[in-house]
Amino acid sequence: MLPLILFFIFAALCVGGAINLLVQKHPINSALSLIVVMGSLALIYLLLGAEFVAAVQVIVYAGAVMVLFVFVIMLLNAGVEERTEHASRVAMVLGVPGLIIGLSLAVWVVSHLAGLDRIAIGGPMVMNGSDVFGNPQAIGHLLFRNFLLPFEVTSVLILIAIMGAVVLARREE
Amino acid sequence: MGIGTYILVSLVKIALALLILLTAVAYTTLLERKVVGHIQNRWGPSRVGPFGIWQPLADGLKFIFKEDITPPFANKPLYMLAPIIALTTALTSIAVIPVGPWIKLGSLNTPLQIADVNIGLLIILGVTSVGVYGVALAGWSSNSKYSMLGGLRASAQMVSYEIALGLSLIGVLIYAGSFSLRDIVDSQAGTWLGFIPKWNLFRGQFVAFFIYIMAAYAETNRIPFDLPEAETELVAGYHTEYSSMKFAMFFMAEYANMVTVACLASILFLGGWSGPVFGPPIVQSLLPVFWFALRVFAFMFIYIWVRGTLPRFRYDQLMAFGWKFLLPLAIANIVVTSLVVALK
Repeated sequence: MLPLILFFIFAALCVGGAINLLVQKHPINSALSLIVVMGSLALIYLLLGAEFVAAVQVIVYAGAVMVLFVFVIMLLNAGVEERTEHASRVAMVLGVPGLIIGLSLAVWVVSHLAGLDRIAIGGPMVMNGSDVFGNPQAIGHLLFRNFLLPFEVTSVLILIAIMGAVVLARREE
Repeated sequence: MGIGTYILVSLVKIALALLILLTAVAYTTLLERKVVGHIQNRWGPSRVGPFGIWQPLADGLKFIFKEDITPPFANKPLYMLAPIIALTTALTSIAVIPVGPWIKLGSLNTPLQIADVNIGLLIILGVTSVGVYGVALAGWSSNSKYSMLGGLRASAQMVSYEIALGLSLIGVLIYAGSFSLRDIVDSQAGTWLGFIPKWNLFRGQFVAFFIYIMAAYAETNRIPFDLPEAETELVAGYHTEYSSMKFAMFFMAEYANMVTVACLASILFLGGWSGPVFGPPIVQSLLPVFWFALRVFAFMFIYIWVRGTLPRFRYDQLMAFGWKFLLPLAIANIVVTSLVVALK
């Protein structure tokens, strides 16, 4: 019961933060709303029993990535955004309900296909028999045993991206 | 243990931890003024009570009665929010730090720690990384050049040194095999030859210890890395425009972060609360806490000693030191530690 109540609190916080992100006119307020979204997502992961993913979500997204966003906004001293004048009437009326229906359908189909609807709020969860997933040991086993090749390939990809960023930043005219 | 007892015990522990932490914060400021005073051949505070021991209370009262000024050109909501973020994150990390083994009170068996979680170390890193916003937003929302530069410097410095800090902990994690701070302390139990303790410091994590200490000094914005509030260039950096209790909140956050860093250093590298235990049962259950407090005190003293001794870095030196020296050294430490553990 308690996990369910907490889930609704954090889910509401998450959706509220996301809406606030779109509504706010100043970029720094939008960035801060995005941090609230990231934080409440982390708490939902925690409720699902995925404590490692929750901690990484806070450290990487709420901590590192969003600090860089805020940093850039501060450096550029970005002002209040300007709205375009002629917005489409149809998009304004039907946009949000249409998006909600489309996304819910997609989530429903994907979760049925992947068998994710067996996951319930209030972990720790059991998947494929008895091994608990979500704690650091289980994730380590998955990453370094079952998915070692994709993991290493991804790290090479990220390395290439870092080097590309350095090359682009240092390109002299 | 029933849910009611659990909540009651947790509340008592939270109240005790906050009380002890805030007292420690208050008296660290006195210790700092005294020790730096003696280093500089002065007395330090000596008027309020014997040896100035009531000075922190007088300072607190003074902060409460000062006028609370909000600059008219500031972004008000964020200006209010920034010190709250800084202090909240500084006080939150203490929740997962264990200060001693399990104790028995009658039928109650409880750890000396608010929450024993299996990702304790990650929670501290996460909370610290969110704490950057307090400083960054304070600098931005004050809408003043000096605050802005201080805020930019602070966030760049904290983000850079967080990487070296995080990587320096991996050697310890390889030995302990767990993110739980209690497991990390337990993994350092025992001695060699009966008198050399098996602390991570003596188990080959010597380099990691110094990387951790240096990165932690930079994370807490202390000398020699206190560029964000370099008073000769930036007035007071990110908290230039703050006064009264809002300034005091930044001040308390800085010292609470120092206490957390000292606790973490003791747990990760110096065996936590290990030490000789003897005497009647009540002394036996309190001695580990005393050994832990002794280590924390030693780290706080070194903090102050360094402050009284070293000059400040230049900003480019600070960044070069973090990225070109500490980071490669931390990565080399991980490689060497993994090799040692794998070949054993």
